[in-house]
Amino acid sequence: MNKLNTSSSELDLDRPNIEDYLPSGSIQEPHGELRLRDLLDISPTLTEAAGAIVDDSFTRCFKSNPPEPWNWNIYLFPLWCLGVVVRYMILFPLRVMVLMLGWIVFLSCYFPVHFLLTGQEKLRKRLERGLVELICSFFVASWTGVVKYHGPRPSMRPKQVFVANHTSMIDFIVLEQMTAFAVIMQKHPGWVEAKDREIVARKLREHVHGADNNPLLIFPEGTCVNNHYTVMFKKGAFELGCTVCPIAVKYNKIFVDAFWNSRKQSFTTHLLQLMTSWAVVCDVWYLEPQNLKPGETAIEFAERVRDIISVRAGLKKVPWDGYLKYSRPSPKHREQKQQSFAESILRRLEEK
Amino acid sequence: MGSALSVLTQYDIEEVQEHCNHLFTQQEIVTLYKRFCQLDRNSKGFISSDEFLSVPEFAMNPLSQRLLKMTDGLNFKDFVAFLSAFSARATVQQKIEIIFKVYDSDSNGKVTFKDLIEVLQDLSGAFISDKQREEVLSQLLQEAGYKKESSLMLDDFIKILDHQGLKMEVEIPVD
Repeated sequence: MNKLNTSSSELDLDRPNIEDYLPSGSIQEPHGELRLRDLLDISPTLTEAAGAIVDDSFTRCFKSNPPEPWNWNIYLFPLWCLGVVVRYMILFPLRVMVLMLGWIVFLSCYFPVHFLLTGQEKLRKRLERGLVELICSFFVASWTGVVKYHGPRPSMRPKQVFVANHTSMIDFIVLEQMTAFAVIMQKHPGWVEAKDREIVARKLREHVHGADNNPLLIFPEGTCVNNHYTVMFKKGAFELGCTVCPIAVKYNKIFVDAFWNSRKQSFTTHLLQLMTSWAVVCDVWYLEPQNLKPGETAIEFAERVRDIISVRAGLKKVPWDGYLKYSRPSPKHREQKQQSFAESILRRLEEK
Repeated sequence: MGSALSVLTQYDIEEVQEHCNHLFTQQEIVTLYKRFCQLDRNSKGFISSDEFLSVPEFAMNPLSQRLLKMTDGLNFKDFVAFLSAFSARATVQQKIEIIFKVYDSDSNGKVTFKDLIEVLQDLSGAFISDKQREEVLSQLLQEAGYKKESSLMLDDFIKILDHQGLKMEVEIPVD
C-alpha cells in the first residue's frame, strides 16, 4: 500500500551532497501523527524559496566587490586626480610600449628558434619555454603585477598535473611567468563534447605521462569566480591517474580588483582597467602535491584539493557548479527534495 | 516609483516602507534594493522569470513555478511587499495569507481539492502515485471535518494552519 514509486531518472551518487551544504535549519524532521495541517503547510519550502530570492551563495560568487573608494574628501581628491593623470598619461603609454617591445622580442626570437633548431629537440624546447615565460613577464609588467610566489617552484616531472582556482584570464599569465605550462580549462559538459571526452581524456593522459611535455595546468572550476569563493571542482583533472599539485592564487584588491566579471564588462575593458591601475598585487602558493587516497573517489579527491586551496587562499567554498551561470540546475536536485518530502509523508502515514 | 532608479532616496525608502506596512526596516529595504538591482540585469524595473531562475537555489525549489506566477513583473515596491510576509515582524495571519495565495492559483478566493492536489504534486513529484495522493488528502480532509467537494477559504486555512510552530521567516542581511 505504501510503496514508493522510484523516479525514472537515476540519482547521481557521484555528486557531493548539496543538501549537506545548504542551510536547512528551518526544515526539522516532523514526527507524530499525520494531520491535514502537515500536508497543507508549505512554509518550509516557501521559506527556502524566499531565502534564495533574498540572498544566495551562488550569485555571491560572481559579484564584483570593488575596493572602497578613498578619494572622498578635499585633501584626497586632488591627490587622486593627480594619480589619474599619472596612470593614464604616463604609466599607460609606458606599459603599452613595454608590451609591444615584449612581443617584438618574443616573435623575433621564437620563430628562428622554432624553425632553425629542428635538430636539437631538448634545447629548442628549453628555449621556447624560456621565451614563453619571458613574454608572460612582459605581460605582467604591463599591468605592474606584483606577484609573491610561495612554496617550492614546481619541478618538471611527468605524471603530475597542476590545478588552480580561477579568477581572471590573467591567472594563467601570472602562473606561466614562473613555469611554462600547457593550459586547459574544463569546458562544459566535460572537456569537450561528450563523445570526444574519451579521446581528450586519453590525450591528456598521454601528455601528462610524457616526460618532456610542458606540465599541464588545469582550472577545474571552469569559470572565473570573484576570488572570495570557490565553486565545485570538476573531477576530470583528478581522474588522470597522476599526482595533483594544487596552486592557490589570491589577489589583493588594494589597487584594482582583478576579477573579470564577464557579465559586466568585456575582456578589453577589463584589460584596460588593469593597465591603467597602479598595480595588480597577488600571492601565489604552490602547495604540497596530492595523490588519490585508497578508497577515495575522483570527486572526493577534487573536493579535498579544493579544500586545501580554499583554506590557503582564504576563500569560502560553495557547493555549486560554475556552469550554472549558463544553464539551469539539473532536475535531480528538485527530485531529491520531492523524494524526501514524499518519504516523510508516507512514513508518518504508516505510523497512524 | 515606476522604473528602477540607480539611487534610492529617503523618500523612496519611506514610500516602500509604507507599502509593506512597515514590516521591514529602512536598512533592510536598502539591502533588498541592492539585491533587486543585482537580479534585474538590465535595469528594466522588474525581475523577469528567467532572472529569478538564474538563482540555482530558487530554480531547484519545487514551488518555483507557482512563485514565479506571483512575482513576475513586480516592481521594487511590490517585490518588497511580496517578501514582507517572510519578515520576522509579520503576523501569523499574514504568513498564512501568502500560503493561501500560493494554493489559490486562479486567485478566486477559493482553494479546491484540485488546487491542493496540484501543490502536493509539485512537492512530492513522481515519488507518490496520483491515486495515493488523492487518498491521503481525502482521508485527512475528512478527519479534519471537510468534504472533498468543498473548497477552502482563507478562514479555513487560518483555522488549519494557525499554530505555535508555524515559522516562515527570512533574515535580510544588513551591512
